[in-house]
Amino acid sequence: MATYKLNHLQGLEAEAIHVMREVAAQFENPVLLFSGGKDSIVMTHLAMKAFYPASIPFPLLHIDTGHNFPETIVYRDRLVARTGAKLVIGHVQDSIDRGTAVEEKGYNASRNALQSVTLLESIAHGKYDAALGGGRRDEEKSRAKERFFSHRDEFGQWDPKNQRPELWDLYNGRKHQGEHFRVFPISNWTEMDVWQYILMEEIPMPSIYFTHRRLCFERSGALYSYSEFMNLRDSEKETLREMQVRFRTIGDMTCTGATVSNASTVVEIIEEIASSRVTERGSRQDDKRGEAAMEDRKKLGYF
Amino acid sequence: MTSVHQGYLNMELLRFITAGSVDDGKSTLIGRLLYDSKSIFADQMEAIELASFRKGEEHVNLALLTDGLRAEREQGITIDVAYRYFATPKRKFIIADTPGHIQYTRNMVTGASTANLAIVLVDARKGVVEQTKRHAYIASLLQIPHLVVCINKMDLVDFAEQTYQQVKHDFENFASKLAINDVHFVPICALEGDNVVNRSERMKWYGGSTLMHILENVHIGSDHNHIDARFPVQYVLRPMNTAHHDYRGYAGRVAGGIFRVGDKVAVLPSGFTTRVKGIHLGERELSEAFAPMSVALTLEDDIGISRGDMLVRVNNRPQTGQDIDLMVCWMDERPLQVGGRYVVRHTTSDVRCIILEVTYTMDINTLQRLEEGRSIGLNDIGRVRIRATGPLCFDSYRKNRATGSLIIIDEATNRTVGAGMIV
Repeated sequence: MATYKLNHLQGLEAEAIHVMREVAAQFENPVLLFSGGKDSIVMTHLAMKAFYPASIPFPLLHIDTGHNFPETIVYRDRLVARTGAKLVIGHVQDSIDRGTAVEEKGYNASRNALQSVTLLESIAHGKYDAALGGGRRDEEKSRAKERFFSHRDEFGQWDPKNQRPELWDLYNGRKHQGEHFRVFPISNWTEMDVWQYILMEEIPMPSIYFTHRRLCFERSGALYSYSEFMNLRDSEKETLREMQVRFRTIGDMTCTGATVSNASTVVEIIEEIASSRVTERGSRQDDKRGEAAMEDRKKLGYF
Repeated sequence: MTSVHQGYLNMELLRFITAGSVDDGKSTLIGRLLYDSKSIFADQMEAIELASFRKGEEHVNLALLTDGLRAEREQGITIDVAYRYFATPKRKFIIADTPGHIQYTRNMVTGASTANLAIVLVDARKGVVEQTKRHAYIASLLQIPHLVVCINKMDLVDFAEQTYQQVKHDFENFASKLAINDVHFVPICALEGDNVVNRSERMKWYGGSTLMHILENVHIGSDHNHIDARFPVQYVLRPMNTAHHDYRGYAGRVAGGIFRVGDKVAVLPSGFTTRVKGIHLGERELSEAFAPMSVALTLEDDIGISRGDMLVRVNNRPQTGQDIDLMVCWMDERPLQVGGRYVVRHTTSDVRCIILEVTYTMDINTLQRLEEGRSIGLNDIGRVRIRATGPLCFDSYRKNRATGSLIIIDEATNRTVGAGMIV
């Protein structure tokens, strides 16, 4: 007799597809947040599976800081062409020009925090009532309590102490006028699950996740890609050199650290993660701005 | 692909809940599981070493690993459900870390609703107390298939076998009244790791498994109902493009049983019958689908079907009715109103309902049914009868957790105010 059980990746996939379909059924105007990182690539893949042979019933929204890795944009545009998905772009530069966001100054200046402003403006402008994100509970401790269906008030804010209980696989997306939801279908996935799923499903990935030579410099113990968007101190300029690196997460160029790596295939990446002693966000400068840095940004409307 | 990677792709997923209060050493136990299974990364370890040092603690406090929100860090307690992840070569684990105090019953119920297994922590010095009974009762009410009673702080009772036997005896005595099928007992010392991942050298009298061994090996293959075929229609797929002009697929998650191509099925509530033409997962065609798979079904006949309808086997139908008895756990500050109107979400259907009566409430510390003064407030559990405005297709919760569960929503606030298990 056949055994009727799913392996862990099939179980997580079934859960994520269920959540995406709930979003399509319960909301009028959802949108999928697409950063070009591995989590949002997996999300797009899941959305294609969830609605096949129909096309994805919501657009992709990219919040563009203008400080992207060029490889991310190349990948994004190919993906859009391949899937026929609709792409909407919210530019942080537009928020700065409007005066709703103010550019940070100094050596550590980053547009990462400004994305929240542009994101909320884009959600309001598009009248989106649900924004699907690739956030995972294992990424950071304040995310550990995030719901699949996460309610946001009319100011786009998250109230971690007053969340709706979430039972079985029954999701309550009811809301008042002006409120919206953030929905996290891959809440229960870990970094390892994401890569194993990419392997299982043979999902093509942007080149910067794999090892390559790149001009890097050191800042507070981390490696960064040299780019025109960052001001280097003289001491940092001295550390500039070509290195064999890859990226474990992809954000904005100003805050995403590189890791020294020779991993050139998905299997090698999985092996590298299995033996890694540092979490993926260990290379994200944005989380190191204090013990509750992520919680504070999330309350204000961050991803 | 090498065998190692095949192994990665063939792990099982076990979801478990830990019930206990701060004093029982719950956070320490979770920290210990993570630490001894080598699931802690260097930067996480560095962060808690620093935090322990700041608090002036002598040892690295593993409990800090599970500290979530700022309020909790300040108060030193766990308020909400927090989810943790770790894996061994055999299984991937999801921990729902829930607080144990009576004022957080709703949080435990939330965590329990998706769990395969519950760990109930008992302080060896205190033995089976009211809280232990409450946690075991909630585990049985939510029909968690497996229960592990961890008798913790064995170091404080000189690792005495007699203490362990006493707790086991007391627990079995009262658990005989509950619907719990599979119970394990493990004497542990979470602080120092005895019998958590590694066998204790100080309790040689214990011949059973370590906690980790149970977590890795407990049989979870039959935790889903694979007998009674149920498919709540979630979303209708109509591509209307040239390649799939006439395609009409019914997307959903199998809530019970197995569906095969060619099966004769009935559509509820209309009662029309047809056959399964195809089963799809993305571009792949499958010959069968079972709980809890998310798939799309196509049918032989063109019948009007929409979200909220349910496909079932012709000769195995759920109950259909408007008056429903359920056990409810209340989750809102505003008490349940008899005669009040609410929205009920059951599988993929939303209906309005009125609360007809409260049959009894449970004293969840003594497990006594109270038939006097029957009001149900925050964290209370009781039996109620509701009338829905339309018929629901349901099974008893005991038979099927997916088709036997529902949530109650307050229409004015949109909050989820109650969790219901159909009797």
